[in-house]
Amino acid sequence: MVETRPARRATNTGPGRLLIAVYLLFAIAATSRAGLQIATRFDEAPVAYLLSALAALIYIVAAVGLARAGHTGRRVALACCSLELVGVVAVGILSLADKELFPDETVWSQFGSGYGYIPLVLPVLGLFWLWRTRRDPA
Amino acid sequence: MTSAAAADSPVDGILATASIVLSLLVAVWALVAAVRHRPPDRVQVAGLAVLELILLALAVVALVAVGGGERPGEPGAFFGYLVTLVCMPPLAWVLARMEPTRWGSAIVCAVCLVAPVVVVRLQQTWEVLGG
Repeated sequence: MVETRPARRATNTGPGRLLIAVYLLFAIAATSRAGLQIATRFDEAPVAYLLSALAALIYIVAAVGLARAGHTGRRVALACCSLELVGVVAVGILSLADKELFPDETVWSQFGSGYGYIPLVLPVLGLFWLWRTRRDPA
Repeated sequence: MTSAAAADSPVDGILATASIVLSLLVAVWALVAAVRHRPPDRVQVAGLAVLELILLALAVVALVAVGGGERPGEPGAFFGYLVTLVCMPPLAWVLARMEPTRWGSAIVCAVCLVAPVVVVRLQQTWEVLGG
């Protein structure tokens, strides 16, 4: 790494802002998709649509957490990224094992294959970024 | 090879092609800027503006088709992608303004790399998959 800046760094500048951009994109994508599905045909696949809504909420909160930086923001982002990683792996496995459970695709189905596997990579990048910027005074 | 039915898709025409090409061009330009440690320049901003206009036109064409009684194969995903697509250039612009460093260019690059994927997904979710 050829960064010349001091070691201490907020989560919301530099590469962190890029991460926030991707999180915001996913927040918009998941929110609009889940919102429409819940509004128009909720009874077809309630589990899948509620899950999409939950994923959307987590993306929004994670983006806000990263953007707010600070101690609380970091904790919020840490919780969201962890939850996301667990969610995408669990749903990925479940959607492969039992297709009946998710008759309609969610953001996290098949490890996010419908979204270029970015849902799987994103929480890892988020956690990595939180780890990289961890030198903030406690 | 896709079927001939794709020809009447409202999101599969000159506008879609133009948005993909322009988006990739801006992405390359922004990538060069990011590699050279340059903040977003006028070319990137202008590229995002033109891209947004094309995407808005694409959205209007799609909505007109829906208004005319046509339906996408997967409405949930289709409109999700459509809303996302239209939000992308402004999002890139706002964040690039907030980050006047090489990472601002990286944001523009990332968004402009994702946009063509979303356009392709838009086309896929319009076509009725598996009847």
